[in-house]
Amino acid sequence: MTLTTPSDQSDATSRLAAGLRGSGGTADRVFRWMVYAGGSLVLIVLALITATMVTRSTDALQHMGWRFFTETRWSPPNQVYGIAAFIWGTVYTSVIALVIAVPVSIGIALFITQIAPSWLRTVMVYVIDLVAVVPSVVIGLWGFLVFSRHLDGLYGWLSRTFDGWPILGSLFGANPQGRAFLTAGVVLALMITPIVVSISREVIDTTPQSEKEAALALGATRWEMIRGSVIPHSKGGLVGAVMLGLGRAMGETIAVALTIGSALGVVTLNMLTSGNSMPAMITSEWGEADDLKKSALIAMAMTLFVLTIIVNVIATAVVQRSQAKSRGAA
Amino acid sequence: MSNSPGTVASLTAADLRPRGGWRFVKSRLMSVLMGAAFLIVVIPIVFVLGSVIQKGAGIVVRDFPAWFTTEIPARSRAVGPGMKGAIIGTLIITAAASAVAIPLGILAAIYLNEYGRTSPFARMVRFLANVMTGVPSIVMGLFIYIVFTISFGLAGIGGALALAALMLPIVIRSCEEMLRLVPGHLREASYALGTTKSRTVLTVVLPSAAPGIVSGCLLAIARAAGETAPLLFTIGAAKIANWSLFEGENTTLSRQIFVNAFEVLPGPQERAWGAALTLMAMTFLFTVVARVVTARQRKKQR
Repeated sequence: MTLTTPSDQSDATSRLAAGLRGSGGTADRVFRWMVYAGGSLVLIVLALITATMVTRSTDALQHMGWRFFTETRWSPPNQVYGIAAFIWGTVYTSVIALVIAVPVSIGIALFITQIAPSWLRTVMVYVIDLVAVVPSVVIGLWGFLVFSRHLDGLYGWLSRTFDGWPILGSLFGANPQGRAFLTAGVVLALMITPIVVSISREVIDTTPQSEKEAALALGATRWEMIRGSVIPHSKGGLVGAVMLGLGRAMGETIAVALTIGSALGVVTLNMLTSGNSMPAMITSEWGEADDLKKSALIAMAMTLFVLTIIVNVIATAVVQRSQAKSRGAA
Repeated sequence: MSNSPGTVASLTAADLRPRGGWRFVKSRLMSVLMGAAFLIVVIPIVFVLGSVIQKGAGIVVRDFPAWFTTEIPARSRAVGPGMKGAIIGTLIITAAASAVAIPLGILAAIYLNEYGRTSPFARMVRFLANVMTGVPSIVMGLFIYIVFTISFGLAGIGGALALAALMLPIVIRSCEEMLRLVPGHLREASYALGTTKSRTVLTVVLPSAAPGIVSGCLLAIARAAGETAPLLFTIGAAKIANWSLFEGENTTLSRQIFVNAFEVLPGPQERAWGAALTLMAMTFLFTVVARVVTARQRKKQR
């Protein structure tokens, strides 16, 4: 992260060297063009995604107008395509995932960086990396065939116990299903934890040693040191890490498709009941889609794309700024 | 990394402090809670891996060679082995995706670290590469469907392009990190010998970053091999092994897991678990190789 100094030096030398060499040969110029083309590719792909999504979704958007985003009914026979319920499903499952994953991930990141002895640190990093490479379809398969089948009892108990309570009563409502918003949220939490941990770890590692030692020298306990110097120093970056996790959770498709229960038109705070999310809906409806329906599904993908891009742009900016700040301080 | 001297300092500081009191109990308690957070993640993942091994090993081990050599049963309710088409599909589609994404990603990383550096355009590319890692895989799949599949039809190559689009930003980011670690004096030594910039990059910078680049690429490949969503729109739903990337529909392990999971009968479900085990074994193989390569590189640098 903080290794810019040697390359900055070499930047100056390479410019000097380039000056002494003159403009360089043909091979040099060809290579330069290839490299620039490679760099521009990211730009081109993102621009193409935007352009194609916009052109392909106009049919559905013109057909439905703004109701596309506010209508909760999705009824292909009547040519009514409203995605409000699926936006809700995406947002709600992602929020559930964050509520579970954020404290856990930051706890793990703090433990790895501040508390664990170095051998344990290696083991933990290894295990978290291992979680990251488990394909989402495998976690989804487990969630679908194993996890969700063991939840009926628990969900039933939650639903009965909190019946009639002010807030918990609406969160744990009636009609509990094994495959539900909560099940998808838990599976998503498991999937976004590795990314939140690894970015939080990078961010936390930028806390200057001197600040931590200063806290300890003042007689702070280790937890007071973490609260007093580590967390304030890395707060911005942690927010970014959490938002990157949110972006991941919103875009995750297969694991959610297998665990959310695929129910149409459900907008409710009740996390024990089935619903559907935007990406899960696209995969399940694509098979038998006519042109208008395909256009509606692409418009749904575009909505998802826009939402995740917004979240990711903010997150990336926040993380990069906090890294730049700590680099300046170091 | 730089923590080891600090840990020593904090230990000695801790030894000097009087023990006991609520503040110290609280500190202990929080440490235990943070450690417990790790278990919250480990326990479910152990269950996932346990299920996959227990239920997948049945079919993969019992029908050992047949699992890899027979075609996927034509009737989905049939009981018994066969994942040949999916294994071949996973291998060729992932290989094709890597062949597209890795060279382009390395070129982009070279641009970022050796040419663009802190120029506004390079900063924008770096920023957008970060943003692009967050584009949902399903959006990439539909994108390739629109620009490729509509005109050329369902084929392995469409899936490979979608996976390549997903791999590209991951490759760029990890390769740029690795190029940044190459010490500047190597470049200077090369320039001092009168070498051009392109030769310096190709013969000095890239080789010394090679192990890191290899392990970053292997991790990207492992991620791509497990992707499902972008393949739903691009490769079709074949059951018979298809060695061709360009002609005819194809299938992959991830695709077979997804399809078979929804079947209620024991036959297809067993195949889903078997495919999951096969896929996990492949991704772990790549991850472990990547680890070994990185570890060896570290040892050599020391």
